[in-house]
Amino acid sequence: MADVNIKINNVDYQVPEGITILEAARMANIHIPTLCFLKEVNEIGACRMCVVEVKGAKGLVTSCVYPVSEGMEIFTHTKRVIDSRVKNLQLLLSNHNRECLSCVRSGNCELQSLCRLYDIREDSIYDGEKPMYDLDGSAVHLVRDNNKCILCRRCTAVCEKYQGVGVIGPNERGFNTNIGSPFNMKLADTSCVCCGQCITVCPTGALAEKDNTFDVFSAIEDPTKHVIVQVAPSVRAGLGEEFGLPVGVGVEGQMINALRALGFAKVFDTNFAADLTIMEEANEFIQRVQNGGKLPLITSCSPGWIKYCEHYHPDMIPHLSSCKSPQQMFGAIAKSYYAEKAGIDPKDIVMVSVMPCTAKKFEIGRDDQAANGVPDVDIAITTRELARMIKRANIDFLALPKEGVFDDPLGKSTGAGVIFGATGGVMEAALRTAVEKLTGKELENVEFTEIRGTDGIKEATYNVAGMDVNICVCSGTANANKVLNMVKSGEKNYHFIEVMCCPGGCVNGGGQPRQPAEVRNFVDIKALRAKALYDLDKERPLRKSHENPDIIALYDEFLSEPGSHKAHALLHTSYIKRPMYNDPKSHPVKK
Amino acid sequence: MKAAQNAVPFNNDPALQERLQAIIEKYKDEKGALIPVLQQAQDIYGYLPIEVQMAVAKAMDVPLEKIYGVVTFYSFFNLYPKGDYEISVCLGTACYVKGSRKVLDCIQETLSIEPGQCTSDRKFSLDTCRCIGACGLAPVMLINDDVYGRVLPAEVPEIISKYQ
Repeated sequence: MADVNIKINNVDYQVPEGITILEAARMANIHIPTLCFLKEVNEIGACRMCVVEVKGAKGLVTSCVYPVSEGMEIFTHTKRVIDSRVKNLQLLLSNHNRECLSCVRSGNCELQSLCRLYDIREDSIYDGEKPMYDLDGSAVHLVRDNNKCILCRRCTAVCEKYQGVGVIGPNERGFNTNIGSPFNMKLADTSCVCCGQCITVCPTGALAEKDNTFDVFSAIEDPTKHVIVQVAPSVRAGLGEEFGLPVGVGVEGQMINALRALGFAKVFDTNFAADLTIMEEANEFIQRVQNGGKLPLITSCSPGWIKYCEHYHPDMIPHLSSCKSPQQMFGAIAKSYYAEKAGIDPKDIVMVSVMPCTAKKFEIGRDDQAANGVPDVDIAITTRELARMIKRANIDFLALPKEGVFDDPLGKSTGAGVIFGATGGVMEAALRTAVEKLTGKELENVEFTEIRGTDGIKEATYNVAGMDVNICVCSGTANANKVLNMVKSGEKNYHFIEVMCCPGGCVNGGGQPRQPAEVRNFVDIKALRAKALYDLDKERPLRKSHENPDIIALYDEFLSEPGSHKAHALLHTSYIKRPMYNDPKSHPVKK
Repeated sequence: MKAAQNAVPFNNDPALQERLQAIIEKYKDEKGALIPVLQQAQDIYGYLPIEVQMAVAKAMDVPLEKIYGVVTFYSFFNLYPKGDYEISVCLGTACYVKGSRKVLDCIQETLSIEPGQCTSDRKFSLDTCRCIGACGLAPVMLINDDVYGRVLPAEVPEIISKYQ
């Protein structure tokens, strides 16, 4: 596209035609503040924080959606602009719950930082009527506090557009406008998939995960309990952000050392269970191909995706892999194989998992996830909660040694397990194993680059042992919906589909550190975090799950072979059809 | 529309259902057709209970929340049916300063419904309005076509009992 000549604050610039004033200003190193704007998802120009003056325009214009044009003269910090932003903030605060001291977002709240930036004083805020909303803590994974909501609609936009779920939206109008579910249902009674994307985009404390950090501290203190922890691949790609590191810096070593410093008896790696998942899932795929089973086979690692499928596409349940997710496989093995080895009663083990995910809090309570008579996993916390624990324990995270080693016997993993966190990673890991098993030959190149990258839907066809295997990888359940509809209509003929609930996969999960819109709109967070995982994969001496010596030992000593009776009892699960809405009349809700 | 739970039983008449399906079928593939569909659905049922909204959501592949958001945004749409007797209290300036808010409170208390709602026996529905041009009689309330002027809150139970 052609360039246009514009002036920003009396300085000449040439910028591409068609970009917004916000983007043009960014190129000139001017960071215009925004609140409601989320690139490509919520471009509604509603909050009016980003207003600027444009010569000749009638009023102030919203820079987030206003395109530049030839000869445009823009002013970004005139008194009129600043006065308008101040007034907007004062009005936003007039009915806002301003109990910042006890707010989960204090310190990284976008509204709070803007208020400090524009020096909003308590005595300048209009003391208007405040609606009093009850908290909605009905769901297992989050709490909604509408008294802190600024109606930016970022949460409802990601729910509908990324996830195709749309169980939350703006209800009523004017002063009574509130974000909620239809007929004021509780979130738990809707077909919410628990992905937590709404939490990661919320600019204030209106949405937060259910915090389980104190449960973990209490368990560690309990002398009768053996508290062990597993940590998912994506956590090491995101945790550093909570301690001020830029997006995409891997912190595996510091993370291991911090977990040890917190007092866990053993620090294990979910990647080990990811390798185990590949053993079972690759075997399931081969079995289905050879025995005429249901195809396409669809991966089952992502509990948000599983819940989505159960609500929205229950007819596709037979296509889901019966494999538990790595989190649950890990718990089942920890409370059987490890318990036996360590001579500990599974009842005395507290299995904590650190996940980039809020749906994991839902998954641990699902039926058929307690292989040893006790829940496979007892407490699931998010990356954000782990960061909170590390800070609360006064651990200087950045000063910890960068070298760290997971404990045996559930700590070793291959590169295949590491890349589970990025969209396409599970498929690539499965292919590394399935192709070798099917052809009986060693793979020369283990990198299946066609299915890498952050595109929402990716396809590839590989010829494996004389058979063309059609593969699809998608992330974001809105994309999964598209793919399933294409499969159902016969338009596409896939053999194997990987679905991750969150766009970009777990690296961009609902439990990952929150980045403000200012970063989110200009940095490809999911690509940078994924790169951290692919870098780790490259460094690993072993990159195929079936070469993991501890996995080989686990099968030799305990499970015998993938798909064995014992493997089925411990590592596989079942799914149920779920209604779109629980009968709202059985749950009277009053605002 | 404070409490959205509908105590009024839904009339699941197959003939009405057929009419609704015909409307949905007509607009199904048209972009931006949600509001006309809801308008015509309300013509059929008189209001838009959860059963109707769910049917529209399913057939038009729109999240139920989106529909509920639209229905609660426009005052034209009703979540509750109209009763045999439609009570309307004027909250226009003259009536308001003469105490119509207290009259409204008293009706709410007597019938246990809020403005916009209907009693579960479908006998009374309650709404508010802005000025019916009878300011000299303020505060004014209407029950169907009967006008009551200079109403005192204490008189409300007696007025309502005439229709029970």
